[in-house]
Amino acid sequence: MDFSDPQGTAMRFFNDASAHFQKLPGSAILLRYIKSSYQNDPARSAIELFLVIFAIRYLLAPTYSTQKSKVSLTDQEIDELVDEWTPEPLVAAPTQFEELENEKRPVLVGPTGPKSKLSNGRTVTNLASYNFYNFIANEELKEKAIKTLRKYGVGPCGPPGFYGTQDVHIQTEADVAAHLGTPACIIYAQSFSTISSVIPSFSKRGDIIVADKAVNFAVRKGIQISRSTVRWYEHNDMEDLERVLQNITKEQAKKPLTRRFIITEGLFENIGDVVNLPKLIELKLRYKFRLILDETWSYGVLGRTGRGVTEAQNVDAREVDMIIGSLAGPLCAAGGFCAGTEEVVEHQRISSASYTYSAALPALLSTTASETITMLQEQPEILTGLRENIKAMRAMLDPRSDWVKCTSIVDNPILLLVLKPEVIASKNLSLEDQNQLFQDVVDECIANGVLITRLRSMPVDLGVHPRDRGWQPQPTLKVCVTSGLTKKETEKAGTVIRHAVTKMISRRK
Amino acid sequence: MPTRTINPFATTTSTPALDALSEKDQPRRTSFSKNKFTSLFGGASPRTRNEAAALREALIAQQQALLDSPSPQQINSSSLSLPTINLTTATAEKMPSEPKTLFQPPDPEEAASLARAHAQFGPLGSQSHRYTSRHEGEFGDPIEDEPPYYYLITTYISYLILIVFGHVRDFFGKRFRRSHYSHLAERDGYAPLNSDFDNFYTRRLKMRINDCFSRPITGVPGRFITLMDRKSTDGNITFKMLGTLTETLNMSSYNYLGFAQSEGPCADATEAAIKKYGISMVSPRSDAGTSELTVEVEDLIANFVGKPASMVFSMGFVTNATTFPTIVGRGCLMISDELNHSSIRFGARLSGAMVSMFKHNDMRDLERVLREVISQGQPRTHRPWKKILVAVEGLYSMEGTMCNLPDLVALKKKYKFHLFVDEAHSVGALGPRGRGVCDYFGIDPSEVDILMGTLTKSFGANGGYIAANKDIIDKLRTQNAAMLYAESPTPPVLTQIASALRMITGDLYPGQGEERLQRLAFNSRYLRLGLKRLGFIVYGHDDSPIIPIMLYNPAKMPAFSHELLQRKISVVVVGYPATPLVSSRARFCVSAAHTKDDLDRMLDACDKVGDRLQLKFSSGVAGGSLPEEMQVAEKDGLKQRNGVSPPRWQLQHVLKRGVEDVKVPLR
Repeated sequence: MDFSDPQGTAMRFFNDASAHFQKLPGSAILLRYIKSSYQNDPARSAIELFLVIFAIRYLLAPTYSTQKSKVSLTDQEIDELVDEWTPEPLVAAPTQFEELENEKRPVLVGPTGPKSKLSNGRTVTNLASYNFYNFIANEELKEKAIKTLRKYGVGPCGPPGFYGTQDVHIQTEADVAAHLGTPACIIYAQSFSTISSVIPSFSKRGDIIVADKAVNFAVRKGIQISRSTVRWYEHNDMEDLERVLQNITKEQAKKPLTRRFIITEGLFENIGDVVNLPKLIELKLRYKFRLILDETWSYGVLGRTGRGVTEAQNVDAREVDMIIGSLAGPLCAAGGFCAGTEEVVEHQRISSASYTYSAALPALLSTTASETITMLQEQPEILTGLRENIKAMRAMLDPRSDWVKCTSIVDNPILLLVLKPEVIASKNLSLEDQNQLFQDVVDECIANGVLITRLRSMPVDLGVHPRDRGWQPQPTLKVCVTSGLTKKETEKAGTVIRHAVTKMISRRK
Repeated sequence: MPTRTINPFATTTSTPALDALSEKDQPRRTSFSKNKFTSLFGGASPRTRNEAAALREALIAQQQALLDSPSPQQINSSSLSLPTINLTTATAEKMPSEPKTLFQPPDPEEAASLARAHAQFGPLGSQSHRYTSRHEGEFGDPIEDEPPYYYLITTYISYLILIVFGHVRDFFGKRFRRSHYSHLAERDGYAPLNSDFDNFYTRRLKMRINDCFSRPITGVPGRFITLMDRKSTDGNITFKMLGTLTETLNMSSYNYLGFAQSEGPCADATEAAIKKYGISMVSPRSDAGTSELTVEVEDLIANFVGKPASMVFSMGFVTNATTFPTIVGRGCLMISDELNHSSIRFGARLSGAMVSMFKHNDMRDLERVLREVISQGQPRTHRPWKKILVAVEGLYSMEGTMCNLPDLVALKKKYKFHLFVDEAHSVGALGPRGRGVCDYFGIDPSEVDILMGTLTKSFGANGGYIAANKDIIDKLRTQNAAMLYAESPTPPVLTQIASALRMITGDLYPGQGEERLQRLAFNSRYLRLGLKRLGFIVYGHDDSPIIPIMLYNPAKMPAFSHELLQRKISVVVVGYPATPLVSSRARFCVSAAHTKDDLDRMLDACDKVGDRLQLKFSSGVAGGSLPEEMQVAEKDGLKQRNGVSPPRWQLQHVLKRGVEDVKVPLR
């Protein structure tokens, strides 16, 4: 009685269960499967049983968060935390230096040009604009721009992909490609952001970028956004570059092949010197890297007809995979370009963010660029005229000053002047001191009727520790020569700058 | 059908002349009653003024009709629209303005120049074609209709077929036509520039419809846009220019206020600026690129959007890309709408701030995210966030939806985040005074920390701006990379912005800017209502000038684009990856330059194409259903769903009732 009753209940339960089970469709097949598998291979049945149990356990397991550190809080606690939280203001209070900068920023009244009028009423010699060939004053260009305006209006009101590509853009692309001697070219609406968009459109996570340590801000941002692996080499040091390339080739030998790029500038924005392109091409071919060359500062400047470093150093432009250049500076228009093979260009049309998601270049700026490119090709004397003035200015500054030296190459119309190392050492000048000093020089020059400027240090991301801020250019004075001035005027301006430097430095103990 | 001066479409468009008769009846009745109303309150003097204006306009319209119309049909319809002039007088009560029609004596040369001007900016057909863009009542999310399952399933099947075919073709192609695939393979020790997988979509899907994208144009992208015909013989890999031009109705450019013009006050001012200031500033803003024009435009923009200070940039994309790194960084959080523009994502990635997303326009989801992030603090360390920046767009360019600014401002008060509104599309296009979403909702701009916008769209220029408090702008001026390194906005562009802004505010040619704003608002609602009534699924809010209609099946994208191009209308079609896989769409951008006739032509074309391509699948939940009295008459074939009958209006009824129904809340 004690035992038989539960036993009987259990038996009845099993009988009922098996009767119900047999009523289920497919139960016979399942039973047959289990029986036969057990006969063939008991181990298999055991594993299957284990898997079934595991699956059931997994499905019944309570859910949990993958964010381990998350603290669960009640609504009331959250409300309290929300009340407590006080955010920082959107921007920090300005420093004294920044306040002064905002105050002193020159505002031009009337047209820009070799002689510009400032808002304080003074007319100054303008050596701060990239108006190298004084195309600004060219009446013919203005007339053509007006003609374009009267046909196309100002803005194209749409991105190139959606009815924003105008025939003038296609023409400018063809003009730049023909000038450089590359198969194709694509134009962007702004020069500064071109390279920042070109790099991430090709180089993705896992790809490798080898870059010069002194590349400009836009290149850095492009590299940052690409999320590729970056290796830096010492500025313009081809031996160091080769060492880096060798290391990478060795490291990557057994890994799947990824895209590899060398990124450098033609004419360095922050230093003013030029890349050794033939050697770079040799290295790139030997180690199978692609070369992205930022010619923003050299296109329209170097070479007999302004084709840039490729022309100046007798390299075929097709050897460089991507040439990025500007139509905004010396060419007196706006926008940037990337020249390369058809494949390189077409890829950018759909995957380069600042091309695809931004409005196209205004037509009148596009035609102006076409015009100035033609002028450079047809009248190379425009370039030689400028070089005379560069020479004159250089002679006034570099060899004659005890304090500063010019880091730019002789053909660079932007003369970058840094303090000589012995001056920095003897006067014990920190970076801030040097910046302040050069700001004083700039102010002094403006007071004497010459508008120059200094190189801007690269903005550091918020919240970044000063020690992680990376490479920064040395504080530098920037003098932009123009052929809009006569040699005499240039020399006079040069003297003013030299004296201002001397005055400001000697005033410092 | 008044005053269309050139008619390149006479052959292809079947102008809905049959409706002109019935169309005329409707407004006249309303205008009559309105006139009575105004005479009751307005007294005698405005009435006489109105009559004089009406007479003048009648004369002008009549002469113009005689002068312009190439076909008798046109004359007929123009003269038929005369009675609507009564309405002019009625609305002129509220908005005193000069008659807008540009009357020219019948001289062939001047007629040609007038035709050119009208191809860029159409004349206002009737004063009743105006409306004020202003938010009223409760702001809710627009109802998104869904198509019958048949279309969703066929869409998935279509993509499946495309993908399978693509892979099959790749499989054989890679073996038998190796040269065509060389760019995807490792070549001579170089990894391919774009990976096979990433390139699959472009190669096998986009390439098939590539002729619908990047169509080259010439001339002004105004009311009409001139396409350069091209042809491809190799499957859209290369195109050959045919050397011919096609003038099409422009439903694609972001020319909201119609300032894309090569004539008129803006262009004249720009020409003068080129003569005086030259073409470029050839220097970054911080060196010697700041001109008096720049300062002037910055003041104008700041006044316009209602912020203490502003700063202009030479490119809209870069405005976002460089501003975020200046205001947020490590230890800060950015909360971004999931459908925010690429430039916001670009800037967010550069800034180094943490980024989290919330569902598009879903304020409850935003609140959930906010509560979570504020209470949890930074990941791992749990330290409180330094600041939280919520970034939204005023008007979303692919959806046509507006941000829910009232709720955002309420949330901002509670959760103390900073608010960034990207008004790329909304500035100029929304609000009774065209000043963007704040104006539209009647919210004080000081409630929003940073207002960003572009100058490319509504102002017909180029570039972007940031408007904020002075301390923020001052910081940007010293720390923003675009300020330090990028080229400055050029004098012609700055002048275009300044003159467009002055026209909108009414400082220059009072009344013209207002007309543009009101025409845009009317046109947007008119086209949207018409499309809904025809049976299309239309996304977005009612006042938005961006009108996307759903196509779903991928093959309908090129088909729709081609069908409309045949009818000489250019539209933008977008599909995956710019939209979710199923919801391929065609997007229309309405402009103030369009006349009601243009929109009627558009509706006519959509009606025919919609029938042909089976695009009318709306269920009626999103509005556009037949009114009660008409439902009885037409209750034959259509089944009801959820108690609403699917709207399938006859075109003539849509055109007949459109003008008045636009002015009541759309349903």
